[in-house]
Amino acid sequence: MNDLTPYLVISTTLFCLGIFAVLTRRNAISILMGIELILNACNLNFAAFSRFVTPPDDISGQIISIFGIVLAAAEAAVFLAIILAIYREFSTISPDETDTLKG
Amino acid sequence: MDTLNNVQSIRYFIPELILVAFAAGVIIYDLIGRQEGGRRAAHLSLAGLAAALIAVLLVGAADRSLFLGMVQLDSFAVFFKVIILITTAVTILFSMGSEELDPRTKGEYYALLLAVTLGMFLMASSTHLLMIYLSIETVSLASYILAGFLTHSPRSSEAAFKYIIYGAVASGTMLFGISLIFGLTGTGDVVQVSNVLAELFSSGGGDYQLAVLVSIIFVLAGVGYKIASVPFHMWSPDVYEGAPIPITAFLSVASKSAGFALFIRLFYSGFGSANVIESVDWSLLLAVVAALTMTVGNLAALPQQNVKRLLAYSSIAHGGYVLMGGVLLTAEGVHAILFYLIIYLFMNLGAFFVVILIAERIGSETIDGYRGLVTRAPLVAISMGIFLFSLTGIPPLSGFIGKWLLFKAVLTEEFYWLAIVGLLNSVVSLYYYVRIVKAMFLDSSDEPNPVSFSIGSRALLVVFVVPTIILGLYWTPVYQLSKASLGKILG
Repeated sequence: MNDLTPYLVISTTLFCLGIFAVLTRRNAISILMGIELILNACNLNFAAFSRFVTPPDDISGQIISIFGIVLAAAEAAVFLAIILAIYREFSTISPDETDTLKG
Repeated sequence: MDTLNNVQSIRYFIPELILVAFAAGVIIYDLIGRQEGGRRAAHLSLAGLAAALIAVLLVGAADRSLFLGMVQLDSFAVFFKVIILITTAVTILFSMGSEELDPRTKGEYYALLLAVTLGMFLMASSTHLLMIYLSIETVSLASYILAGFLTHSPRSSEAAFKYIIYGAVASGTMLFGISLIFGLTGTGDVVQVSNVLAELFSSGGGDYQLAVLVSIIFVLAGVGYKIASVPFHMWSPDVYEGAPIPITAFLSVASKSAGFALFIRLFYSGFGSANVIESVDWSLLLAVVAALTMTVGNLAALPQQNVKRLLAYSSIAHGGYVLMGGVLLTAEGVHAILFYLIIYLFMNLGAFFVVILIAERIGSETIDGYRGLVTRAPLVAISMGIFLFSLTGIPPLSGFIGKWLLFKAVLTEEFYWLAIVGLLNSVVSLYYYVRIVKAMFLDSSDEPNPVSFSIGSRALLVVFVVPTIILGLYWTPVYQLSKASLGKILG
């Protein structure tokens, strides 16, 4: 494919699916998967723009993608740790049932 | 403006390096000698902060662009670095006396605080979209852990849980916006982005308007989440209530200040400067956000019984007041923001300190626990009264001067309706602040025994009270300082 448009269509779809998953899922792991989809949509965007928009010798877009992948991993680690803590306290990982803080 | 390469930059990057070294040092020290309840680790962290403060002042505002345009070292950045350092140091002092925190894990806690400080330093000085995202994530990831640091408290875990869900989505959305801007302009440097966008529009690039609008709003989502502005404020009451109180104080002052630093830098030297956003009335958009933020914060604070939660809503409202200064993209507005943040630091940290003292000595976070406090602990009660009246903005306390400057900036640009909304909000806020004051001074307590506080806590309390009063009467030095800190941010 020698055109930017398909990449953008895919990344936007991924982004929307990610947001949809975060908004509708009732399980923290599924929410985490939605967040990963959002971040991967961004990485795809950066890589595609680096290939089609910036000059061929400018790889800053790809570098940003790599940073994005690393941060997604760090975020997943923290998220899973917090999910474990939540499970210990509440014996569930649904955001709907962990609602002691209100008002 | 000089742009330095990586090796040349290191000399100007010493404060950050000191923080990294001390954060690593505290972790290592904690592994070796964790028997004495983290007290030494706290001293080590405080020493690190002091060293970083000295380094920040010695390196000064060099007006240089470091690491090939990633980070900008100017007086604006220095101003925020000092505010952030003071807040972190105060947070560590709060945490040392805190019985909420497990003494066995306090070392890690201080190391994380130093890491957040580093992230906030970068937030205040980033001029590259990648660096902006990285700094926000550095701050966020460590803040999630700190919010959930009380391992056996369901409240704390829940706070961290909600914090990370909202935070991860907001920062992901921001990264998506950044990727679109990168695609539209082919660069990540904030100033170059603004130049390219200006060129795009001047050569009739009307097709791109929607794309630019969407991507800037996505970026605004990430920043708005940091400063807890409507509609990205939902996380903040729950997180503030559940987190350890020192962390609540820290987030409400330092995190918010760093968020505003980022906001100002993005909008003034980035999207705002070249009139690239003329097609949309950004002032109106930001004014509506500011008005909604303060209204939502104040109205939601009215029925609160938990003082921590009440102060959380109050700090949302204060975010709205501060945002008023950013609405017009004028030098006067930014000056008012900087001035207000200094005053907000003292009065808000002071109020949270009283909450910590009461939670520990009386064991209550609700307004009922404050009843009859004036007879039981006069100094604490009077100090709390001063902080609360200053937060309302009643003269002659410093909060009044801060608010007055913000309103003045809005009025000079003839944004009358916003000033009126702000004024009405101040009146509303008086109601819930006075509720605490009434409980302290007019109600009588079931338990009349006096409560005593350590000499250290009382001294620290006075340290907050004095500037809150003095800056309301004599504010010229701070006024000049914040004016000088504007630097070249406004192009």
